[in-house]
Amino acid sequence: MTPDQSLLDLSDTFFSISVALYSVALVAFCAQLAFGRRPAARQLVPAGGGAAPDAPAGTAEDLSTPRRAQRWGTLAMALTAVGALTHAGVLVCRGFALDRLPWGNMYEFGTAVVLVAVVAYLVLALRSPALRHIGVFVLAPVVLGMVGIGLFLYVEGGPLVAALRSAWLAIHVTAAIIGFGIFLVSGIASALYLVRSKDEQKPAEERGTGLVSRLPASSVLDRLSHRTAVFGFPIWTFAVIAGAIWAESAWGRFWGWDPKETWSFIAWVVYAAYLHARTTAGWRGRPAAWVNVVGLVVMVFNLTFVNLVSSGLHSYAGVE
Amino acid sequence: MTTTAPAREAAAPPPPARPSVGRRIAAQLLLWWRRLTAMRTAIVLLFLLALAAVPGSLLPQRSLSQANVRGYFADHPDLAPVLDRLYLFDVFSSPWFAAVYLLLFISLIGCVLPRAVEHFRALRSAPPPAPRNLLRLPDSGEVATALPATAALDVVEEELRVRRYRVVRRDGAHGPEVSAEKGYLKETGNLLFHLSLIALLLGLAGGKLWGYEGSILVTEGDGFCNSFQQYDTYSSGPLIDSGDLSPVCVDLEGFQAEYEPDLTASSFTADIRYGAPGEEGRTTMIGVNSPLRSEGDRLYLTGHGFSPTFSVTLPDGQEFTDVTVPFLPSDPTTMASEGALKLPDVGGGSDRQLALEGFFAPTGLVQGGILTSIDPRPLDPKVAVVAYQGYLGLDSGLPQSVYSLDASQIERGRLSEAGAANLSLGDSMTLEDGTVITFAGFKEFAALQYSHDPGQVWVLVSAISLLTGLLGLLLLRRERVFARPAPAPDGGGTVLTLASLTRGSSESAPRFAALTDDLRAALAARTASQPEVSPRDS
Repeated sequence: MTPDQSLLDLSDTFFSISVALYSVALVAFCAQLAFGRRPAARQLVPAGGGAAPDAPAGTAEDLSTPRRAQRWGTLAMALTAVGALTHAGVLVCRGFALDRLPWGNMYEFGTAVVLVAVVAYLVLALRSPALRHIGVFVLAPVVLGMVGIGLFLYVEGGPLVAALRSAWLAIHVTAAIIGFGIFLVSGIASALYLVRSKDEQKPAEERGTGLVSRLPASSVLDRLSHRTAVFGFPIWTFAVIAGAIWAESAWGRFWGWDPKETWSFIAWVVYAAYLHARTTAGWRGRPAAWVNVVGLVVMVFNLTFVNLVSSGLHSYAGVE
Repeated sequence: MTTTAPAREAAAPPPPARPSVGRRIAAQLLLWWRRLTAMRTAIVLLFLLALAAVPGSLLPQRSLSQANVRGYFADHPDLAPVLDRLYLFDVFSSPWFAAVYLLLFISLIGCVLPRAVEHFRALRSAPPPAPRNLLRLPDSGEVATALPATAALDVVEEELRVRRYRVVRRDGAHGPEVSAEKGYLKETGNLLFHLSLIALLLGLAGGKLWGYEGSILVTEGDGFCNSFQQYDTYSSGPLIDSGDLSPVCVDLEGFQAEYEPDLTASSFTADIRYGAPGEEGRTTMIGVNSPLRSEGDRLYLTGHGFSPTFSVTLPDGQEFTDVTVPFLPSDPTTMASEGALKLPDVGGGSDRQLALEGFFAPTGLVQGGILTSIDPRPLDPKVAVVAYQGYLGLDSGLPQSVYSLDASQIERGRLSEAGAANLSLGDSMTLEDGTVITFAGFKEFAALQYSHDPGQVWVLVSAISLLTGLLGLLLLRRERVFARPAPAPDGGGTVLTLASLTRGSSESAPRFAALTDDLRAALAARTASQPEVSPRDS
């Protein structure tokens, strides 16, 4: 079948609109932080007792946030949500234009991963408003990632190669996309936790009043990264198992240490180490967070280097 | 030891008896065992495992491509032998990789087995008695009610049973109390996950020990039988010998490749006939993503290509008609292919042998005398051939690729070019000595792979149970709830002290608050439904 060119063009337009919306949302998140003054007196109280208590963290912040900042925050969230809609439109249009699942090459895969990360962040931020303050740190990598995907990975919509024409594409790749997107949020939360907990270790008077002090409490960030990793780990496990089942029928063996398989295994092991580290004395807190950050680096390396540089069976990037 | 017994004057206090050697060794071993099975060690080993896998993806591996390893040796003649000695081209079968995962699995077994025993005991015993000071637990609180102690505990027990807790009432040292626990499945999931990992490793090992795999290029009309002698390449486990191979022969009856308008390959299929040797056999079609599965063996279509057919007529009238040789695709998008035809027995002795080195284009375009391929479909097949005469070096004892000539024989001048031409279908070229070479036609070949892995079903089952265990482990919570009544200080009714202990969730406070609220409501409801109780009691 011939692809519907106008739908493909619409998909590309949606991509540009999404990048633009995310960029404006990023500016709005910045404005939220800039106008969000943190009353010092309020902050000092929980500081003495270490981590702020969990439940009040969100509400206290809401109360202390000036109305102007709150308005910027709402605007930023709304822009991100609209951006996510047009972002979904990119994939939906491609899917309908080509009459296939829109994750047959690296451009489509990367776009879908970023969408999952944005949606995961939106859901989490809607449920606990404290997390709206990390919008900048989620949307900045999102915008960078989208621009990178658009510049370096873009390929014209085309039919799938024979090897990808299997029901396992829907199962294995979808799971990998969701797992990756969630790990992305988890890794960002751990990186912010590392920054924030370092600041919290300082005596109260030495703490900055800048961006770092406006991050959610380190306990909130730690819990966010753990919960998302707990959610992502079984999905990633499933993605690897489904990939092995597919490989058994496509490549003649269920596991062959192809570079992609090797790095998926490495990522799995690193995330297993993170989940263990978080409940092990001596590894809790910052060491565990570092493990999670390493996990994110492995995931990104697996997407970029392994697909673009090393030659393996997973060479579906379509990028010359 | 500060004895002042007078009897012996030189009564140096007897030194603490040195434990026997055996005991010391045992103590040391126990220490090592404890260290190995500690969670900290497991985390370090997990890291080592991740790290150990890295070179396997960055350096060429023999298990993936022998050719790439040879290429690496050629590019880095000094470095490669050193790396090879460190098993860096066979990372995943190297002793140090095995050492890491075996240590990890020993650590895992040492950690999981005691937990399994403990869990089995816990499953059969009642929830533990309430700790003395309930208010010291992470989540605790007090609820006042007008009900008497026993009635209040009844309400608590009912409510907890509705929530599927396992509840026990005791008359402990500190009065009557309720202990409840739920979420045993969490630990069951944990154990299932870790035991499945062991099962998966065993399945993997079994598959490697008793499995085999052979690959062969088969041109349309040809076939092969399942035996190691026939395969182009094969690998087999140490516990399998050629007698264990299932007696199956396969013939390739036809091959089809289909392409989208933009020349993306959309499907490859091979019509095959298979069965025991000498049997008529059954026909079936295999393709990408759809192998043939039969009695634990699998047959895959892993690639395809073209086999040009040549006819050679020698000056003395000797003819080689329709010699078909597979050419290996060098560019999968245009199916441009390269290969060689070697004719060692053309009658002129060992230094009058004939060979062709060629380039095949399924749809060829000749520009400036250079042949290129522009389409993977065989619309206008052309070959560019270079003919050589001389000594091929086939009996020199060194293995040669069947897809190329031995370049060293050409360098040494023992094999010299005798003519070159671009040929369309049916075209001929004549060498100086009168030899005529005709491009007579072409066939398609399929790369087939025959595999046997007795462990893979076991691995699949392990993987599914691993995932099931993981979901139980991560999604369930293990909660203990304790309650102990005390008479209210003002003499009216009871004050219940409630406490809970949660494993596997960091957000126990809101749930405990909800449970407390529910209990308070239930107690209030009971008080309202039994109005006669409270007045009589107070």
